[in-house]
Amino acid sequence: MSKVKSLADLRKMREELQTKVSLREKSDNPEKMVQVKVSMATCGIASGAKEVMNHMIEEMDRQAIDAIVTQTGCMGYCHAEPTIEVTLPGNDPVVFGHVDNKKADEIIEKYVIRGELVDGIIPVNYETVKENKNE
Amino acid sequence: MKDLSMHIMDIVQNSVRAKAANVELSIVIEEQWLTISVKDDGTGMDEETLKSVSDPFYTSRTTRKVGMGIPLILQNAELTDGQMTLESKIGEGTILTAKFGRLHIDRPPMGDLASTAAMMMTGNDGVNLQFEVKRGEDEFAISTNEVKEVMGDVDIRLPKVTSFLKEMIEENLKELKIEFD
Repeated sequence: MSKVKSLADLRKMREELQTKVSLREKSDNPEKMVQVKVSMATCGIASGAKEVMNHMIEEMDRQAIDAIVTQTGCMGYCHAEPTIEVTLPGNDPVVFGHVDNKKADEIIEKYVIRGELVDGIIPVNYETVKENKNE
Repeated sequence: MKDLSMHIMDIVQNSVRAKAANVELSIVIEEQWLTISVKDDGTGMDEETLKSVSDPFYTSRTTRKVGMGIPLILQNAELTDGQMTLESKIGEGTILTAKFGRLHIDRPPMGDLASTAAMMMTGNDGVNLQFEVKRGEDEFAISTNEVKEVMGDVDIRLPKVTSFLKEMIEENLKELKIEFD
C-alpha cells in the first residue's frame, strides 16, 4: 500500500522550498511575484472559474513560475466570466475576460513569461452597473 | 452549477465576503443524505436580509443586480427532496446547511472536491478554513491554520502548496474509501 500524504510530507516540501533562496526572498515581498486573482463569485464559478484556477495553479507549478494565485469576488464583468486579474511585478494589474484553459495557457506563455499583451483584456475604464466597485 | 463543489466554492465565498476569519466547511455522508454545511464568524445578516437572500433579484453587491448563489443551491437541494436552511445573527455569523438526497437521480455530482478545498484554503487571504468530511466513524479534517503552521515563513499561496494539498486531500479521501458519486 502506498503511503498517504500527510502534513509531515508538507513539512518536507517546505524545507525544499526554503532552500530556494530566490523564492524565500520573494516570499517576503509578494509584490515581486506574479499575482493572479481569479474572480470567484457565482457568475465566475458557473462559467468555469474554478477549473481555470485549478489549471493555472497546475501550470504555474509545472513550469515552476513563482506566482501566487488567489480568489477574489465579482469584479462586475459578469458578461465576460471567467475573468482573471494578472499583476506582473512592477506593472499595473491587467484584467482578462472569457478565460478558459486554452486562454489561460496563452496568458501564461505570452503575458506572464514574455510580457506580451494578448487579446481579451477588459479596459480599466469599463463601467460596471453602478460604477462604484465593491470589494 | 454543474456540481456540488461549485456550490461549495460559491457559499464559502459568501463567508469570505462577509469578512469571516473562520469558516467551517463540513460534508457529512449518510446512507440517504449528503449534507454540506458552512459556518462562519462573519458579519451575519438581520432577519429581513435573511428572508431576501433566496430571492434571485436580491444581492448586497453593487457590481450587478442579481444574486443567484443561494437560490441555485436551494433549488438543487429541493430537487433531490432535501432542503436548505440558513441561520444568521448580526455580529455573530451565519450557518448554511444544504441537505441533498444522496441517491436521488437529480443530485448533482460532487465534482473535484479535493482541488476545490485546496484552492479555498490557500486562495483566501486571512481566512482560516476548516474542512472536514465525515462518514460514520471515518473522518478527514484539515485547516488553513494547520497548513500555515507547517509552512512557517513560506507563502501558502504558492502553486506548489495548493497542488500538494489537493493530492493530500485526494489520497486521504481515497484511503477512507470515501466516494460521493
